[in-house]
Amino acid sequence: MTIEEVRQIILNILADIAPDEDISSIDDNTKLRDQIDLDSMDFLDIVMELRKRFNIEVPEKDYEHLATMAGCVSYLTPLLKGRSMAS
Amino acid sequence: MTYNQGMDTIIIGAGLSGLAAGIRLAMFDKKVCIVEKHTVVGGLNSFYSRKNRLFDVGLHAMTNFTPKGVRSSPLGKLLKQLRFSHDDFRLCQQEMSEIRFPDSSLCFTNEFEFFRQEVAEKFPAQIDGFNKLVEKIRNYDELSLEGADGLSSRPVLESFINDPVLIDMLFCPLMYYGNAREGDMDFYQFVIMFKSIFIEGFSKPQGGMNYILNLMVQRYKDLGGEMRLGNGVKAINTRQGSVSSVTLEDGEELATQAVLSSMGYIETMRCCEPEIPAIEICETGQVSFMESLFVVDKMPRDLGYDKSIVFFSTQPRFDYKVPADLIETSTGVLCCSNNFKYPEPLEEGLIRLTNLANFGKWDGLPRKDYIAAKKECRARALDALFTFFPDFSENMVFLDSFTPKTIKKYTGHINGAVYGAPEKIKNGKTPVKNLYICGTDQGFLGIIGATLSGISMANLHVLQ
Repeated sequence: MTIEEVRQIILNILADIAPDEDISSIDDNTKLRDQIDLDSMDFLDIVMELRKRFNIEVPEKDYEHLATMAGCVSYLTPLLKGRSMAS
Repeated sequence: MTYNQGMDTIIIGAGLSGLAAGIRLAMFDKKVCIVEKHTVVGGLNSFYSRKNRLFDVGLHAMTNFTPKGVRSSPLGKLLKQLRFSHDDFRLCQQEMSEIRFPDSSLCFTNEFEFFRQEVAEKFPAQIDGFNKLVEKIRNYDELSLEGADGLSSRPVLESFINDPVLIDMLFCPLMYYGNAREGDMDFYQFVIMFKSIFIEGFSKPQGGMNYILNLMVQRYKDLGGEMRLGNGVKAINTRQGSVSSVTLEDGEELATQAVLSSMGYIETMRCCEPEIPAIEICETGQVSFMESLFVVDKMPRDLGYDKSIVFFSTQPRFDYKVPADLIETSTGVLCCSNNFKYPEPLEEGLIRLTNLANFGKWDGLPRKDYIAAKKECRARALDALFTFFPDFSENMVFLDSFTPKTIKKYTGHINGAVYGAPEKIKNGKTPVKNLYICGTDQGFLGIIGATLSGISMANLHVLQ
């Protein structure tokens, strides 16, 4: 999976989690929480969606890597290597 | 007979908490089955039909209204967690509600500043204290799932406000819409209700409870959730302190990893097989209501009923307690469904009148006296109402009433206690390891509260 595809996957998850939010203008280096008002319950949902869609377990100590879009992409790209977007 | 392919979770009760928990679990591919003894979903907030009319039962309106885009509020959290958009709920806001006492009246809308202004005008000597109380409420963490701090509301209110009538007036709507305790209220519960009613506010979904419930059932089924209606739980089978299966009324046995029960704490414990002896909290809830619905031949506004909801007391002091008699007529709640901002006006005028009632008295009546008592109590409730509001007895085209006994029959809650037991189990845990409580006895009340209860218990005990 390319970096762009990994980014798209995160956007897809965010779109599902926050149907009322505009996610088209997300800045990759600003905390997601500050842009679309995510709380701890939402982060749990991101983690669970990753488990559900790609069977990826994100341990609690790694949650900090998911704070920004850039962080998500760099953390997840190696884990999704060789996988296709259709999970 | 036994199903060998077990469930991940069985949810008891297809009310709002059960449906919400079911959606959360099915969303993350848990094998889940909701078991409901009634043939209709909704539990305490449901609907029924009579003569081609559909009536909502339960709360008159949804509390906790916040506009689209507010995501940190209880409603915002609920929508996010169930992945509905604000528009999906089709919420129509109230116009204006009122707390009406013999010597004073306070109106409120979904704009909190309006209410603050009302208090300042009607109780000028109390406004500083009121503002300080609001400050305390805003800074209070009422949603903590840790044990309660045991704080009661009355002493807290008295430390800010020294007019007992204003204290009673503030209590009146908050107690009616979510207090399982007589006379006083846990302070965290007061804070929840104050925020949900005064700071946030009322709305009704276009299409009524039926619409919201259908939306949730559809979402649950689309996610692959199973549902058994008209088939209650006969026994929760436990072995060495943990649940292994659930036996349904028709004899079927479903193996499961966990059970999430919304039927009430004591009700759930009584259902365990073998019975769980040590129930440390055993006080049952007592607060229940009689309600009458009146379809009228004009719009309520044209009959002098222009408010969305009125919480009234015809006596100078308001006392929230189970009446000694069948019902208490000197105080109640009046709701005109028409007075919400629907895009299209409702076809008919509808007025709902709710009064505190005594389950034991109703339950003790023989069948023939029960029917007569219903009529007589309805007439008495109207007589009391008409000393305070315009008479609409010439305008009724249909009427129906239900009592605490009706509530017990359809929801299974002991004493028809709509707000459950006074002591809440905030963390949802029971003496049985994989058996958890959600709904009224877990501690979040009202339509939004019940739904959040299901979500948070599913997250905490099954998903995390």
